[in-house]
Amino acid sequence: MFLSVLSIELSKIFSKGRSYIGFGAITILVPIVQAAMYSEGEAYFSLFTQGLQQQFSFTGTFLNGYLIAFIVLQSLLVHVPLLVALVAGDMLAGEATSGTYRLLFTRPVSRHIIVLAKYCAAQLYTIGLILWMSVLSMGMSLMLFGPGELFIVSSSITVLQQDDILWRFLWAYVFGILSMGTVASIAFMFSALVENSIGPIAMTMAIIIVFTIVSALDAGFIKDVKYMLFTNHLISWKLFFEETIPMDRIMLSTWVLGGHSIASLLIALFIIVKKDILS
Amino acid sequence: MDKYPVIEIKSLCKMFGQFRAVGNLDLTVYKGDIYGFLGPNGAGKSTTIRMLLSLITPTSGEISIFGQSLAIDRNDILRRIGAIVEKPDFYLYLTAEQNLRILGKLSGMDITTKHLHQSLDQVGLLDRAKSKVKTFSYGMKQRLGIAQALLHDPELIVLDEPTNGLDPVGVKEIRELILRLKSDHNKTIFLSSHTLPEVELIANRMVIINKGSAIIEGSVNDLLNSGMLTVSFSVDDARKSQTLIQNSALAQSFLGINEHQLHMKLSKERIADCTSYLVDNEIAIDGITSTRSLEEYFLSITRS
Repeated sequence: MFLSVLSIELSKIFSKGRSYIGFGAITILVPIVQAAMYSEGEAYFSLFTQGLQQQFSFTGTFLNGYLIAFIVLQSLLVHVPLLVALVAGDMLAGEATSGTYRLLFTRPVSRHIIVLAKYCAAQLYTIGLILWMSVLSMGMSLMLFGPGELFIVSSSITVLQQDDILWRFLWAYVFGILSMGTVASIAFMFSALVENSIGPIAMTMAIIIVFTIVSALDAGFIKDVKYMLFTNHLISWKLFFEETIPMDRIMLSTWVLGGHSIASLLIALFIIVKKDILS
Repeated sequence: MDKYPVIEIKSLCKMFGQFRAVGNLDLTVYKGDIYGFLGPNGAGKSTTIRMLLSLITPTSGEISIFGQSLAIDRNDILRRIGAIVEKPDFYLYLTAEQNLRILGKLSGMDITTKHLHQSLDQVGLLDRAKSKVKTFSYGMKQRLGIAQALLHDPELIVLDEPTNGLDPVGVKEIRELILRLKSDHNKTIFLSSHTLPEVELIANRMVIINKGSAIIEGSVNDLLNSGMLTVSFSVDDARKSQTLIQNSALAQSFLGINEHQLHMKLSKERIADCTSYLVDNEIAIDGITSTRSLEEYFLSITRS
């Protein structure tokens, strides 16, 4: 029965116009970034590395498919939460708004199964979105710019060899799915709490903004607890591009994000199972 | 009639905070009944129906359907029930056919296109099978609601005000469909309504509830035909009529007068006696109207 409900939920997601906003946005934005880099990339790269060029000698070009994919990943993962929340936040609240809880919950299917199927459908949508982003950013960038070494400047300068990059991207995308899956879980939980679709989306974005600001503060008790905030771990995919991958930090991020996801699902389940359907 | 109880409700109660929506409700619906569930708006009908369909958890009391406890055997019971609850809401972005296919699947059925089309045809929506529900009028959604309730051939059909929003032809068609479901398929129908005439036309048993409690329950015939009638005689001289009545054996039945009307509380059999008495005493009668006490009672609680 679970698979049957899951297929119904997926068909419902892909019958709604709003579900294509995320795919549409990515389909438009990624080629724009690629086109900009194709025409002005060398100039941007020179400008960006101007200071470094005084101390280092650069030969050849670092502008390649991997770098573009990295830039796209970095920029889009900031915006993807909104695209994910658009769908995940509507999963339960949308039923309340349209009055269709009555249709769903008067069927011989337990509420647990319905909530779990909806949750899994939201997660599959998120996976689809990240996969689409990876295909467009990595696949098309490699086709347009070709492969090469990956030059990353953060707290240190890292240059990754061409044959040492692909698997890192693979793990980065997997981690991106975990990060965005957590955002989807939180939007899903808010979706169980309210009876309109806008609320969960606004609440999810608000909590990301608030937690991100709190994460930036180093004062007092915040310093001790901020590692528990999921926003602190959303960009941990970047750790896969360090010379030596810090597995302890990745594990911590995985636990925190996974913990938030499971807690959100359990809260949503509890709310819906106990809920009196009055809408 | 087979007296197998399909629905048994005992001491059902639902509180929303301090507000008692349903209190100590008891009722029994037997197999093959068209059971009228009557009450004014806000009487607790929809709350009771929602509890019957496990949309709302009762505060206390027991609901047993097909001899099984709803709290324990929810899924087994719901598999055998078709329902419309209040407004006919659907997935507006899907077609009528897609909506029914989803709901059929959720009811555990693998529905064929032929079956779907039969269901839509039954409610006159076959030609709109491929139309998105957002293009439907309220009446069409109500018909689709009935189609989804009957889709999986349930034994018990719960209909919450099914003729709301339908035009007179639609009301008649739905009424006939309900009667056919009982006569041809021996379905049990639990029909909620806030109008007595609707229930009177199709139900064989009924309950009237108000403020969450059952006030009266029994056979529709017995309830509607028993008791006294309020009879109004349109007369040429109301004052003279009053004097005549008050000086006769009918004095106890006198209720009052206004302008050209004399109001009496009479049994069906005594209307003729009263009419003859007035005519014999040279009172011209233009018309006689009667209201059953139950109807009057129902109207009074509805008004209040």
